[in-house]
Amino acid sequence: MDAGLLAQYVMNGLMLGMMYALVAVGFTLFFGVLDVIKFSHGDVLTVGAFAALATYVGLRMLGLNSNWLDLVVILVVATLAMAFLGMAIARYLVMPLRSAPALNTLLITLMLGTVLRESVRLFYPQGANPKPFPALLPRASIDLGTFNLRLDNVLMLTAGVLVIVGIQYLLNRTKLGLAIRAVAQDEETARTMGINFTAIVLATFALGSGLAAFAGVMNGLYYNEINFGIGLYLGVVGFSAAIIGGLGSIYGAILGGFLFAALQTIGTVMLPFASAYKDVFAFAVVIAIMAWRPTGLIREKISERV
Amino acid sequence: MSTTPKFAALIAALVLGVASGAADAKDKVKVGFIGPLTGGVSVNGIGGRNSADLAVRLRNADPKSKYEYEMVVLDDECKPNVAVQVATKMAADKDIIAGATHYCSVTAIATVDTYHKFNFPVIVWGAVLPDITYRNKYEEVHRVNGTMINQNDANAELISKLGYKTVAVIHDTTDYGKGHNEYFSKALAKIGKVNIVGTFGVTADQQDFTAELTKIKALNPDVIYFGGLTPIGVRIRSQMDKLGIKAAFDGTSGIVSDAYIQGLGPLAEGTLAFREGAPAEKLPGGKFFMEKYNAQKYDNPPEAYGPFAYAAMDMILDTIEKVGPDRKKVIADLANVKDRDSIVGKITFDDHGQNTVPVITKYVVQDGKFVEWDDSDYASGKRKLPGQK
Repeated sequence: MDAGLLAQYVMNGLMLGMMYALVAVGFTLFFGVLDVIKFSHGDVLTVGAFAALATYVGLRMLGLNSNWLDLVVILVVATLAMAFLGMAIARYLVMPLRSAPALNTLLITLMLGTVLRESVRLFYPQGANPKPFPALLPRASIDLGTFNLRLDNVLMLTAGVLVIVGIQYLLNRTKLGLAIRAVAQDEETARTMGINFTAIVLATFALGSGLAAFAGVMNGLYYNEINFGIGLYLGVVGFSAAIIGGLGSIYGAILGGFLFAALQTIGTVMLPFASAYKDVFAFAVVIAIMAWRPTGLIREKISERV
Repeated sequence: MSTTPKFAALIAALVLGVASGAADAKDKVKVGFIGPLTGGVSVNGIGGRNSADLAVRLRNADPKSKYEYEMVVLDDECKPNVAVQVATKMAADKDIIAGATHYCSVTAIATVDTYHKFNFPVIVWGAVLPDITYRNKYEEVHRVNGTMINQNDANAELISKLGYKTVAVIHDTTDYGKGHNEYFSKALAKIGKVNIVGTFGVTADQQDFTAELTKIKALNPDVIYFGGLTPIGVRIRSQMDKLGIKAAFDGTSGIVSDAYIQGLGPLAEGTLAFREGAPAEKLPGGKFFMEKYNAQKYDNPPEAYGPFAYAAMDMILDTIEKVGPDRKKVIADLANVKDRDSIVGKITFDDHGQNTVPVITKYVVQDGKFVEWDDSDYASGKRKLPGQK
């Protein structure tokens, strides 16, 4: 295989991995503070992507024609809208069920995911059809032999890295981050230290859901097409990535996301049989990893989560 | 038992004769229609029902016809389990002589055994899966429309004629996609001018195709053939562009929809696609059919397969006129259909009851529309497909 092709595969894998990682980080954050698995996370991503698309359509109707301005506005609107949606889900669905078995939360968010997905399909105009997503990033590309290096991919990867670094900074260097980590570590103690538990949980859900919206917009910009089903698959993959990384660990989630993308790419490229089996391959490896390290690649230290 | 239908018909005729008091009342004969009248594809089912109904009405209005026909309509909901129930109900009713049945492949394939068991002659009017006629050799089952075999023959022929040398195949791993892959590959091999450089099975809801497409990019084919439906067709075409793949995109009937063009915008330009059947106005008897259809003021248009439903029902009525209302005789007569004129062109059934001269329409996307290939700027040479010599 020549270097150009290899570079192309690596680029594809990185883009895919970045989206998986952003979703996985959300799963890990929610699990960190509340010990719940929120299965509607992928569908929040879908709603975020559609919110961005609707905002874009609205902006065009207002006669705004600057790509950069559009991009900033749709990102802000989608992220804020999903942050609110995430808070609402936490406040009205997840928190009231805190004393119920964890299975109930899992079930209720699973059903909420279906509601969100079907709502997009039914209520977005012609929501059952694939929708073109505008290409707002510069379309320049350099052909390096068989490798087509696109500026928009580089920008998206950079933005993804910045977001992840930002999250790290937020969690490790700010007061809010300290509070989130405190709640994750021990809710009771955190409360007695004067931390507003409800506010912290809501903030965490806002953060995770905002990330999902970011991933949704990135998904749209990368593929230039969105549909009501994108979140379902990304949710399953993101969840698996969070689990293999070690649920509760941010680094684990990121590692898991990129690992899963690498497995899928390898599954398509290296395996002699048809690419139809790439998911079988990737998930089989995930099962093997789970058998080998049941608590994930990055083991949770007893007291530290997030 | 075999005298029952005649006896019933006699009773019916007597009752009718007495009731109407008319001495020249014709014998009543029942025929059947099954299609999806509710659910997601019901527009097609209702269009087919109206078209078959039109055939019956026109026949009843004809003073020369020997019988008065009544059409029994049942709804298969495009679901195999429902289809088997309604097919059994229809086939078990000995008064019903023959039926025009099924738009959906899943229902048509599910019911062939039922029709065979009850010796009930049917003519399929819309379903395209080859297995419906070719898996078994049931003398009861016939089909007036083409199959995906014919569609892929036409596809392979056009690709070869355009001078392309290599093609990469992507297909979804459902029966539909696998069928397309199989028949397209066979058709290409038969012509022998184009080589398949790679075949990729993908899941029907896959989002990311960059790994497959990068592999294809390395193979550098002239054409990417896609056997599957609109949603992933849109994704593959759009991701081809992202990776800078310049090959022509060659689809099947699965992508002939407005959603494909809406999902891609300008990128859809130059996409090839093929479909069994033709717009009504392009058919040999299309003008006649549309005039009569519009005169009846049905609520819905006939849709793409309406003319085939009409042709199927018309053939059933012709046969009953010729041999009388007897299932066995109808089956025997349908075994010898050759160059029979119909509104969809000449119909010839092979030994599996499959029409061998079906209409296939070739399409290319031009300026945001599926345009018939022969009428397009691409066929006339004004525009060129990617890589076209």
